Amino acid sequence: MSMNSQGRPTVAATAATSDLPDTFTGNRALQIEEALLFEVGRHDVTGVDLDEPADFTPRLGRLARQQPIDLPGLSEPETMRHYVRLSQKNYSIDSGLYPLGSCTMKHNPRLNEKMARLPGIGDVHPLQPLSTVGGAVELMAELGRWLLEMTGMTSVALSPKAGAHGELCGMMAIKAAIAAKGETRNIVLVPESAHGTNPATAALIGFKVVTVPARPDGTVAPEAVKALLSPDVAAIMLTNPNTCGLFERDVVEIAAAIHAAGAYFYCDGANFNAIVGKAKVGDLGVDAMHINLHKTFSTPHGGGGPGAGPVVLSERLAAFAPLPFVRAGADGPVLVESEEALLPGETPFGRMTAFHGQMGMFVRALSYMLSHGSDGVQQASEDAVLNANYVRAGLRDLMSQPSGDRTCMHEVLFDDTFLEGTGVSTLDFAKAMIDEGYHPMTMYFPLVVHGAMLIEPTESESKASLDLFIATLRDLVMKAKAGERERFQQAPRHAPRRRLDETRAARSPKLKWEKPEPWTEVAAAE
Amino acid sequence: MRYLPHSDADRQAMLAAIGVGSIDDLFADIPKDLRVHGLDLPKAAGEMSVERTLGRLSARNVAASSVPFFVGAGAYKHHVPATVDHLIQRSEFLTSYTPYQPEITQGTLQVLFEFQTQIAHLTGMEVANASMYDGSTATVEAVLMAHRLTKRKKAVLSGGLHPHYRAVVESLSPMAGDTVLSLPADPNATEDILASIDADTSCVVVQSPSVYGHLIDLAPIAAKAHEVGALLIAVFTEVVSLGLIEPPGAQGADIVVGEGQSIGNALSFGGPYVGLFATRLKFVRQMPGRLCGETVDAEGRRGFVLTLSTREQHIRRDKATSNICTNSGLCALAFTIHMTLLGQTGLARLARVNHANAVKLAESLSKVPGVTLLNDSFFNEFTIRLPGNAADIVEKLVAKGVLAGVPVSRLEPGKAELADLLIVASTEVNTDDDRAAFVAALSEVLA
Repeated sequence: MSMNSQGRPTVAATAATSDLPDTFTGNRALQIEEALLFEVGRHDVTGVDLDEPADFTPRLGRLARQQPIDLPGLSEPETMRHYVRLSQKNYSIDSGLYPLGSCTMKHNPRLNEKMARLPGIGDVHPLQPLSTVGGAVELMAELGRWLLEMTGMTSVALSPKAGAHGELCGMMAIKAAIAAKGETRNIVLVPESAHGTNPATAALIGFKVVTVPARPDGTVAPEAVKALLSPDVAAIMLTNPNTCGLFERDVVEIAAAIHAAGAYFYCDGANFNAIVGKAKVGDLGVDAMHINLHKTFSTPHGGGGPGAGPVVLSERLAAFAPLPFVRAGADGPVLVESEEALLPGETPFGRMTAFHGQMGMFVRALSYMLSHGSDGVQQASEDAVLNANYVRAGLRDLMSQPSGDRTCMHEVLFDDTFLEGTGVSTLDFAKAMIDEGYHPMTMYFPLVVHGAMLIEPTESESKASLDLFIATLRDLVMKAKAGERERFQQAPRHAPRRRLDETRAARSPKLKWEKPEPWTEVAAAE
Repeated sequence: MRYLPHSDADRQAMLAAIGVGSIDDLFADIPKDLRVHGLDLPKAAGEMSVERTLGRLSARNVAASSVPFFVGAGAYKHHVPATVDHLIQRSEFLTSYTPYQPEITQGTLQVLFEFQTQIAHLTGMEVANASMYDGSTATVEAVLMAHRLTKRKKAVLSGGLHPHYRAVVESLSPMAGDTVLSLPADPNATEDILASIDADTSCVVVQSPSVYGHLIDLAPIAAKAHEVGALLIAVFTEVVSLGLIEPPGAQGADIVVGEGQSIGNALSFGGPYVGLFATRLKFVRQMPGRLCGETVDAEGRRGFVLTLSTREQHIRRDKATSNICTNSGLCALAFTIHMTLLGQTGLARLARVNHANAVKLAESLSKVPGVTLLNDSFFNEFTIRLPGNAADIVEKLVAKGVLAGVPVSRLEPGKAELADLLIVASTEVNTDDDRAAFVAALSEVLA
């Protein structure tokens, strides 16, 4: 069977029945087909009016461009229509429930967009004289203050650009701390249920990854960790709450064992949304944790990025935070950019990125935090957990949970036992949700559960929204059990595209547009 | 709280449906002694209050548009058409996830396919990915990729590479097992990098225009690198320059990385930006980051998917080419829309306006007594030597309402021989009045 990027089957086993529209254009009313820019653009068209510069003597040496760039342009109205039509082929959190487990697709307030576009925020250069950016540095300090209070940690590195970059930052700090002690520990323990970024990050900087087996319910037993500890173990990377949606109830004992062995505790903060204002990771013995501002603090996912992954550090790692960082000073916060500006005891391991991090995301996250307040962030976590459990309660009699019906945190995990004998796979089930107007849940992750379906409704959903979602899934389960296999294997039938042939895409990659032969460019309109 | 839909009655009804008495029952797995009861932070605030708080912080910064502005060195003040910011705020682009479900994310996927094609054409390379975090992180990923391709460990970094980019490579590469040879800062573009390339070299990393603004002829460096089996990694921080200068691909580069902020994206104090990454087709399976590819759906219609994912962390875990997951999707969208508006006609003209403005400014500044221009060649950025400490002079110019550029000491602190150097950028946003104000203010400060 062909498998796609998520390790799941791709095209339906049976041939699809054609639902192609019988219209001249191939369009379906509001669903309008749109050609590629390179098929509709023309090389002599531009949508930007600029005056040609007056005569001057170029200073390009011998390096002036010899060949045209080969990039077509569109006028402004054409550009608007092209990208509006493309946008209409996307699902979004603004249009519907987005139950992607581990991704935290919550409401993105537009106030935050407005704040990111304030002239003193969006229109400020990272290398302006520091005397002209006092407010920007203060904003970074304020964001850091919130993050530290919510986590109970000692210091924060704001510059990492995304979750995986934050993981890298945390693990580099651990590597630097180990080197500073004159040690050569080279093993990192990673549970089976971890995100792929965890082992990838550890391996990237030369650690050997050793897998920690999970209990049947996906949690990690202290004994399993202790059995693997040795003087070569540098760290454990643990997600808490974990990717099965459960709080690691023995986390304190695990942390103590890790510390007793001279190693460090990295916590993947992807699921922080469940515990803000409920528990502080500093109290759990965590030494480093990245915080996905694009998950917990609602900066928009933007079709895949940008993110932001500040890392909070314990006292044991605080000194190793990379440049640049914000230091509290008598006359307000100071942006420390270079080794020349360090105080005794500050030993940064280096630098993660050219400038100061994702300021545009910092301001959105701070706007979110200020709006919620200490009471609101706690209520948000409670509602996120309430919503996940409400979905669990609404489906527990029809869908199967890998370790029985038990309380979950902000996401609820089902396996595919309930689909046994129906001929419907997890993938088919998820694709049928598309026809019902829902984005599928996270599928086939975590890897420890067969045919996993991980649902994270977030706190943004109303009870009415959840009731309809539950009713829809119940109806789908009944249809699967009633033998309506076709419906699932053909799904989606009503989306802008049917299932796509991912095998073909990978086998003979077409990664950019190529001119078909013969090619005649449409002449520009006069 | 305006973002939370539930009423208290809703919550009670839901708890009853779940079969628990209180919300605390749902948090029972968190040991009691670890539970937090209240954070030492302000309470919830309405929109007006938040706008006031953040507005006050914003007002304490000097916005680039409010003054004659010549700061560059890795990020550039350009004009972004209003259409771009409108389109990237459409719900369907802004609030969509990574397009792992291609049936309902063809919008994002087609944009990425257009983006990849635009980047390949701009850089003169065969294939580009769907974006990286920024130029500096793209650079270190290129170094790690060269290591994988050549099975060698020595990376040679030009002294014209942005010092922050150099620092990013020097921080990560050694932890990944590389050795990094960084050549000394090269403000006059006189380094002999060929002498540092040998049979142990995995890659040579050269920035053009360099951080000091010099245009570097990459062809001889590529030739030497290829002679010994090493790769040339070409870096740029000003993508607009590719509208006017020979692309790295035509000069023999094997991997091209750069910063795409200039097209479509705001300065935002350093991020989010968009890293560009292009290479030869034969290297694609060692490339980091997401890739979008063309295919067909079950009815034979053209469609797009994320592809070659067996390189990536969610499949390969500790064997992946990179740990990267998130990219800069929305910034790449902004880039693509702005580039679509420009087309090659508009981009070439934009590049000529930038170059012309910089030439005019360089000529005027050169006439100020005590000021020396270091560059023979440049695009929209150049370096001048001042008769005194550049950082002090920049600060005096701030008092006169001009943001004059980046003192090299900001990037290379503690090097006395560089303390009188200033990197100056001029783009299409600068007017004749801006340039006159700069020249007049500098003349007064130096008088």
